[in-house]
Amino acid sequence: MHRLIRPLTLLLLLFAVLPTASAQTELGGLIDALSTGKLKQRSGQIEAIAATGDARAVPALQALREGDLYFRKSDKKVFITQKDGKDFRLIDPLSGELAGTETKKALSKVKTNNRLRRQIDDVIGALTLLSEDPQTRIAAAATIFKTADPASLETLEAAIAQESDAEVLAAMQRARAAIVLKTDAPDSDKIEAIERLSSDGGREALPLLTAMAARSEGAVAAAAQQAVAKAERTAALWDTGQTIWYGISLGSVLLLAAIGLAVTFGVMGVINMAHGEMVMLGAYTTFVVQELIRANMPGLFDYSLAIALPLAFLVSGACGFALERGVIRFLYGRPLETLLATWGVSLILQQAIRTIFGPTNQEVGNPTWMSGAYELGGLTFTANRLWIVVFAMIVFSALFVVLKKTAFGLQMRAVTQNRKMASSMGIRTPWVDALTFALGSGIAGIAGVALSQIANVSPNLGQNYIIDSFMVVVFGGVGNLWGTLIGAMSLGIANKFLEPYAGAVLAKILILILIILFIQKRPKGLFALKGRAVEA
Amino acid sequence: MKTITKTIRSIGLATLGAAMLTTAAARADDTIKVGILHSLSGTMAISETTLKDAMLMLIEEQNKKGGLLGKQLEAVVVDPASDWPLFAEKARELLDVHKVAAVFGNWTSVSRKSVLPVFSELNGILFYPVQYEGEESQRNVFYTGAAPNQQAIPAVDYLLENEEVERWVLAGTDYVYPRTTNKILEAYLKSKGVAEEDIMINYTPFGHSDWQTIVSDIKTFGSAGKKTAVVSTINGDANVPFYKELGNQGISAEDIPVIAFSVGEEELAGLDTEPLVGHLAAWNYFQSVESDENEAFIETWKAFTGDENRVTNDPMEAHYIGFNMWVKAVEKAGTTDVDTVIDEIIGVAVPNLSGGYSAMMPNHHITKPVLIGEIQEDGQFEIVDETDGLVAGDAWSDYLPDSAKLISDWRKPLSCGNFNVETATCGGKGS
Repeated sequence: MHRLIRPLTLLLLLFAVLPTASAQTELGGLIDALSTGKLKQRSGQIEAIAATGDARAVPALQALREGDLYFRKSDKKVFITQKDGKDFRLIDPLSGELAGTETKKALSKVKTNNRLRRQIDDVIGALTLLSEDPQTRIAAAATIFKTADPASLETLEAAIAQESDAEVLAAMQRARAAIVLKTDAPDSDKIEAIERLSSDGGREALPLLTAMAARSEGAVAAAAQQAVAKAERTAALWDTGQTIWYGISLGSVLLLAAIGLAVTFGVMGVINMAHGEMVMLGAYTTFVVQELIRANMPGLFDYSLAIALPLAFLVSGACGFALERGVIRFLYGRPLETLLATWGVSLILQQAIRTIFGPTNQEVGNPTWMSGAYELGGLTFTANRLWIVVFAMIVFSALFVVLKKTAFGLQMRAVTQNRKMASSMGIRTPWVDALTFALGSGIAGIAGVALSQIANVSPNLGQNYIIDSFMVVVFGGVGNLWGTLIGAMSLGIANKFLEPYAGAVLAKILILILIILFIQKRPKGLFALKGRAVEA
Repeated sequence: MKTITKTIRSIGLATLGAAMLTTAAARADDTIKVGILHSLSGTMAISETTLKDAMLMLIEEQNKKGGLLGKQLEAVVVDPASDWPLFAEKARELLDVHKVAAVFGNWTSVSRKSVLPVFSELNGILFYPVQYEGEESQRNVFYTGAAPNQQAIPAVDYLLENEEVERWVLAGTDYVYPRTTNKILEAYLKSKGVAEEDIMINYTPFGHSDWQTIVSDIKTFGSAGKKTAVVSTINGDANVPFYKELGNQGISAEDIPVIAFSVGEEELAGLDTEPLVGHLAAWNYFQSVESDENEAFIETWKAFTGDENRVTNDPMEAHYIGFNMWVKAVEKAGTTDVDTVIDEIIGVAVPNLSGGYSAMMPNHHITKPVLIGEIQEDGQFEIVDETDGLVAGDAWSDYLPDSAKLISDWRKPLSCGNFNVETATCGGKGS
């Protein structure tokens, strides 16, 4: 009974508000009514506003959705607000005119929750279907597709009838098909809808089709099942591609963390337990850079990472240089002491950061170009991961060029291959050692800039990566840059293929066991160094 | 070098002198000592330091009001350094050396388990302020944090009723609290008619940062045409990359809401809250609660810490309630004697910060309201739902078959934390 009465009253209301003059006050009254009642009544209030079919309600609903709708405690009038320092600017929800300012204390927020927000999306979708801007119409059709509320069918069909833009029309037809599945339309209509969704509904149509297959019977169910089977076949294919991508992305994080270590441990043979802290220093450099930019030049925020990169390289590099000159050079040829000393240094660095910045996580923001995702067929590439893969490859190639094509790289290789010979050829070997170590640390620093985008920036950041880094370098083969690349990628991909079956915890353990077995078989890793350097 | 050793020695002497002075002063004054057992260093320092400060503030406030039984209260702070065995040693030190009247402390369940034998052996009182997995009731411990039925179950109820969720992802960090809570939740959901295939349980290691596969699994799981939600017992650091990944893969709070049990104001302070907005958390207290007690509490807290941006959170409220209960029980008993206070504190009711009263139950848990909050951009919560009345903490979950028959009642003559109503015997599980 109650169910019947509501649409009826709404219908009556619709007729009552037809004259524009009274519509103004009517809609205003409905919006002001949002200030009364509890959260549970709000759904009905929004329905009443939607029933007016008046597009002028959109700004108020949008504000409600975003949490910008407040009411004045004194007279319970509802306003859209904008923050103005400590106070709020009040904007009339209908006319959009400024209606004074108020302090926060005099205002109270009109509350919403997720469910209401979905409802509002739906209402706004229906109200903006006839908007002038084709993009708005597509967005409206997309929200209707998502909620597929049978109540919007009539409005949608009216909109389809007068739509001329092909792209918008396709989006609307998709939404219509999604709704038809929920109504009790004849079977032929439903089958047609299923075919439409199957051919261009994309991945989002799968849940609709699955639900349909379970709900219906006869020819409709058969058509739905067929469509689901087809969609699942393509989905399985895309999923494999997606897993490989996740593996590459995890692999490039491992590569970034390990590549500096490939220089200090792989080339120089120094077991540097403070490597993780060099990464952490890079991440904190990014944090400081972002703080300075936020305080002084907010416009430059999108470039903060580009600014942080060279600085992080310098900070970590300088730190590595000091570490080599101050500690490690006295310990060459004594791996156990090196291990202990660098471990001590790592603790000192951690505590220093904890004292300066505090023990809590620091906020490092993502520039806009690193947020969101790109879609390619059934694959999703999240922007931050995509950039990190690209970045890891750039760092790898840059390091490769430095090692193989520059004079410094030549000297470095000469020193590691035969120190005495290099020395007698006039190379200042201690100097090369220090610079090599600084290079490895500096690269760890720029890895920190990248990792600050996906991990927590806290004093413990480095600890989370140190074991993984050693794993990659040892697995790939000590002293071989290609080995580090292949090692990181294969560990990443293997991890991601194991994860769905074994769970994240077990996958990590399995990988560790596999590496142990592998090292038993090939103690020198994937790509073992050959030649005289090995015997030296 | 010589000068350095000299300075160190003089500093050492100075501190020693200062320490002797304070003990001398303490002895002269005849104070009541209150032990604070929270980690001030190590991994748990992030959360526990705040609780130490909150306790110091409460004690200072009580002293301003004239102390207790005409004596001043004196805080004894020790640092168990996030090291579980050290918790037991420090507890022993508090009870044996300092002879404290009550101890307020611990955060992790493993640290609580490590001090339990010490408290029963030396007959002390411990107030434990953090939400935990339940399945425990000790004579010497008072649990002022939430038991699963005061946080997890109402949170699931909220999603069932308000969001009409039909598929559930129970995601947690791999340790005892998430595992027990999820076991209870799984049993509860099944009792509500949720099918086995509509529940997905997932555990990740501490500090997990690569959430791509799991979030994409959740996305796939959620695209079966049924409303899906995530119940998260993910702990600490791992939360930020998790929410970030959700945001990046285009899952908003309207599509798949996440309700968390370990994300509070303190955890959100200083975070990029953008990917978290609209997601939910269940607690017994939020800083945004509108009540006179809360307003006064926040004001005192900000004044005490001298920092306008310090936030309050749920475990702090638990200490507020626990401390006031202890004070009231001591006043009622007229003594700080442990056995008398343990008997007297049952039934004591004190104001909580959300505008009502919390009472100590015979099972050493308390009654609390349960609030559901939505995360806002400023790191605060907007309360979207609360239970109609107070919820009494249940030590033994009704949804686990071997716990359902256990009750806890520390009043005489039963005096038992795990009484089996079927066999009418005391003892068995958890003793």
